[in-house]
Amino acid sequence: MAVVGKAVKRKEDPRLITGEARYLEDIKLPGMTHIAILRSPHAHANIVSINSERAAAVPGVIGVFTGQDFMDVNPLPCPWPAGGVDNNLNTPRALEVEKVTHVGAGVAVVVAEDRATAQDAVELVDVEWEVLPAVTDAEEATFDGAPQLHENAPNNVCMEWDCGDQSGTDAALGSSDVVVKQRLRNQRLIPTPMETRGCIAQHEAVNGEYTIWMTSQAPHVHRLLFTAFIFGVPENKVRVISPQIGGGFGAKIFMYPEYVLTTALSKKVGRPVKWVETRSENYIATTHGRDHVTDVEVGANRDGTITGLKVRTYANLGGTLSTVAPGIPTTLYGRMLSGAYKLPNIYCHVTGVYTNTGMVDAYRGAGRPEATYVVERAVDLVASELGMDPVEVRRKNFVPADSFPYEPSGNLLNGLSYDSGNYDKALDMALEMTGYEDFRAEQAAARAEGRYLGIGLSTYIEICGIAPSAWMFGEGWGAALWESANVRMHITGDVVVTSGSQSHGQGHETSIAQLVADELGVSMDQVHVQHSDTLGTPFGYGTYGSRSTAVGGVAVWRSLQRIKEKARAIAAHEFEANVDDVEYVVNDEGVGVVQVKGSPDQSKVVGEFMGIATSAAGGWDLPGDMEPFLDETAYYDPPDCTYPFGTHICIVEVDAETGNVGIKRYIAVDDVGKVINPMIVDGQVHGGIAQGVAQALWEGAQYDENGQLVSGSMMDYAIPRADLLPSFELGRTETPSPNNPLGVKGAGETGTIAATPAVVNAVVDALSHLNVRHIDMPLTPSRVWETIQSRSNGGNS
Amino acid sequence: MWPAEFDYTRPSSVAEALQLLSDNEDAKLLAGGHSLLPAMKLRLNEAPLLIDISRIEGLGSISNNGSLKIGALCTHAEIAASADVQSSCSALATATGMVGDQQVRNWGTLGGNVAHADPASDPPTVLVAFDANINIEGASGSRSVAASDFFMDLFTVDLEPGEIITSIDIPDHPHEGCAYVKMPHPASRYAVVGICVVLHRDGGSCSGAHVAVGGATVRAMRSPGAEAALRGSSLDDAALDAAAAALKDDIANDLIGDMSFPEAYRQEMAGVYLKRAVKAAGG
Ligand SMILES: Cc1cc2nc3c(=O)[nH]c(=O)nc-3n(C[C@H](O)[C@H](O)[C@H](O)COP(=O)(O)OP(=O)(O)OC[C@H]3O[C@@H](n4cnc5c(N)ncnc54)[C@H](O)[C@@H]3O)c2cc1C
Repeated sequence: MAVVGKAVKRKEDPRLITGEARYLEDIKLPGMTHIAILRSPHAHANIVSINSERAAAVPGVIGVFTGQDFMDVNPLPCPWPAGGVDNNLNTPRALEVEKVTHVGAGVAVVVAEDRATAQDAVELVDVEWEVLPAVTDAEEATFDGAPQLHENAPNNVCMEWDCGDQSGTDAALGSSDVVVKQRLRNQRLIPTPMETRGCIAQHEAVNGEYTIWMTSQAPHVHRLLFTAFIFGVPENKVRVISPQIGGGFGAKIFMYPEYVLTTALSKKVGRPVKWVETRSENYIATTHGRDHVTDVEVGANRDGTITGLKVRTYANLGGTLSTVAPGIPTTLYGRMLSGAYKLPNIYCHVTGVYTNTGMVDAYRGAGRPEATYVVERAVDLVASELGMDPVEVRRKNFVPADSFPYEPSGNLLNGLSYDSGNYDKALDMALEMTGYEDFRAEQAAARAEGRYLGIGLSTYIEICGIAPSAWMFGEGWGAALWESANVRMHITGDVVVTSGSQSHGQGHETSIAQLVADELGVSMDQVHVQHSDTLGTPFGYGTYGSRSTAVGGVAVWRSLQRIKEKARAIAAHEFEANVDDVEYVVNDEGVGVVQVKGSPDQSKVVGEFMGIATSAAGGWDLPGDMEPFLDETAYYDPPDCTYPFGTHICIVEVDAETGNVGIKRYIAVDDVGKVINPMIVDGQVHGGIAQGVAQALWEGAQYDENGQLVSGSMMDYAIPRADLLPSFELGRTETPSPNNPLGVKGAGETGTIAATPAVVNAVVDALSHLNVRHIDMPLTPSRVWETIQSRSNGGNS
Repeated sequence: MWPAEFDYTRPSSVAEALQLLSDNEDAKLLAGGHSLLPAMKLRLNEAPLLIDISRIEGLGSISNNGSLKIGALCTHAEIAASADVQSSCSALATATGMVGDQQVRNWGTLGGNVAHADPASDPPTVLVAFDANINIEGASGSRSVAASDFFMDLFTVDLEPGEIITSIDIPDHPHEGCAYVKMPHPASRYAVVGICVVLHRDGGSCSGAHVAVGGATVRAMRSPGAEAALRGSSLDDAALDAAAAALKDDIANDLIGDMSFPEAYRQEMAGVYLKRAVKAAGG
């Protein structure tokens, strides 16, 4: 009974639902100490002096340390500078030494017997600050006279990067029937995983080994950064364990000062050290996402053909660089700007800028939501300029289904190409589910009554399974992006899979087990997927970029092929047959057997005690010089990424009196390639849509002019709530990816990528009769209301 | 999220609580803890001693002997579910039913809510509209303050450090319709603007109205202008427009705002929600 493609219940859920799962906060070690970090209350300031006498005197305090105590520890690395250009890199240290460039930067730490004592004492650390003027807007930070954050970054510019064809695009815009220009703000978001970050470090002085439990989406990458870059010790000196993780959305990929601090302290104080982030710290000290200011120019001919797209973006990177900060608004943004369309000319120029704000890095979608927002808004702007239906403009410009693999113009993707797609098919299905024509009639009738209904589309594509190591290396990434997996079939026939991926809510234990169960012909209960611990799992780059199945899953699949080969060889030996005559088949009951072709009486079950599993593990009678045990490791580095796509449609009603936007319906048709577990994919899509809608309507990190985070708590920062959302209507088309043997693409980020422009397009559509062309996010009631007011008084936007 | 160190004590009577208050200068009363504890965890508030009054008997009941008496320790959830409240002051049941989320409603008390006087709170607006009285006990005896006088400014009320709110009286106020409507903040669910309207009808016309506003203003307050505009009208569109305009005037000097919901917007929305409240009250 095949399980791939079925909504199998998640293997991880019983322990999560019953509360038995162990998160970082649940871990307690004998002799464990606790820390509290003194964080800068200023966005931009020099540290004149730090006096820790009063804090050190508090009973229960073990030690108070400042940045000076960690000068032997390297600053954090930035292994992904923007590719092909110079980058002025400034990264944080465990604690800052001379100056701070954002509120929340750590400058001192108290180690104490318990958490409350540490917190009491840290308030007694006296810092003398020289407060400097601050700048928080990326574009303003580049102006002459703006406060300067780093000596090596004149005008606060980290890097200038571009892609596409500048002169071709300029020429195309010059000769187009119409050119529409619009400034778009893609506001800063706070990822807000349910579990905040944390770290526990233990150091064994005798052998110099660290064991580090941490909230990590990529434990092997964290170990790599600790060893090769930060402490300069070999891999065997650091073991990273990532326990149950309560969500990450990207923010738990990165190396952070607190992890380095906690680890360095464990050696200094000779006892285990624990740090768990508070929600307030999470908002100021964990990375944020997005924060672009973009000027877009899009040219088109009267028939709706788009002739060129020119994009100028200021990307706010924060006060210092997080781990892959420069790579996100360059490679993962600029190279995605062709969207689902055959655009003959594209050019994008990005300036990465330092400002006195928290660090910005990958947040669910990472660059692709920003790109999709630009493209999908641009297409709607063209439609409104030409008075065309946005559906027609999309169809006119889609990459046709028969032109895959498709390479976007101007070498935009730097050698890669879209793998497969049928964009019209997904659009047709979504329109059908919506009843598009009927809606237009309903909208007209509602307008006559003074009710503002609107519909918005987003015919997105995305890039998943982020890999080709060689390609990423060319994009500036300082490592590789292959994955590996080990599969072992034990003597009882149970299968253990270890991998370097790191589920933090995605359900790998289930979907990978489904693959294994079908491929080997064992039951789901017989498959155990393990990750989380660098000791005992093969190296992997971790879970993000919707890559764990498209890259890591393929490494598992390859190991399975080798296991099957070996099982056949053992069976051939036992049957005294030629190995070419022995086949591995999964029978109608879903049981994997090896049998002599054409004579099913000569067959043996593989995955059971006394089956081939036992023959292999026992090793009493193996052919030739075969080594015992069904134990195979494979590596996989794909030839290209995968390119999911789909159509999201949102229907809104704008309250004309208040500006409040209500979502009436939300229809999503996603093509994520071959689906292993539709329930898990639905879950990913649901959560993504919620966050994507939230960016459009509610979320937005706000700094005041002094660089204070005004939206510093969940009382002010509005994350999505179930009661604000309708029941989503999901559909799916399935176009397998030819780039991997599983045909999978990736499903973790479609929602955040597609939903945001769909909602904004819907609101603009609802107000189109008032001549509204654009409103910046979040579309709060007051912003929408002000737009309605200004337009009703005869303005334009 | 770690409060500074504090001591904790749990008296069993109001008299004992008053004694503890007078013996310990900076001590604070703890009721549901849903305003005080978050502030202490953020270290925006400190207290050497918390006097937990939550289990004092007799402060947690609702009775109706002519006027409605709600004990200070009644939770939002209890008030929202009370048949007495629903029948004589349904707007209060609505307002308390809209406070935060279910956990908040299960813990937060009416006494704590009015003592805290967050301008974005819901119940104060209803209490002001219904001419409620706040009953207070202190070392020197008891007193009763009209809600309109009790709420003085942002987080500022007519309550001395040594005093305890014991109950809230809502005088019998026969009416033909009342309503509380609010625009919730998308993050906290507190009121961006909240309006309570109480209507008296004489056939088709409105013989009198009470209008109170909160959320948009530094404190819950009445709008005499809106009340005058509604009184004697047939609650037609023109009367509603006039009432909305008068309300906006009345609150012009008391507005609050933030980056997401500026003062001018809240002022406008007060007018919009006034009309909605009148409609919801059957006007
Ligand atoms: C997430 C969240 C959302 C919320 N949303 C809303 C909302 O939408 N609308 C709304 O109106 N409120 C909201 N609240 C506030 C909620 O109503 C609080 O519970 C209430 O304001 C305080 O009541 P409490 O019993 O918890 O008081 P406590 O927190 O225990 O005390 C608050 C203050 O009042 C004092 N105090 C308490 N009882 C008395 C008394 N009997 N006499 C004198 N002083 C006393 C205390 O000393 C303290 O200073 C929200 C709270 C939270 C945490």
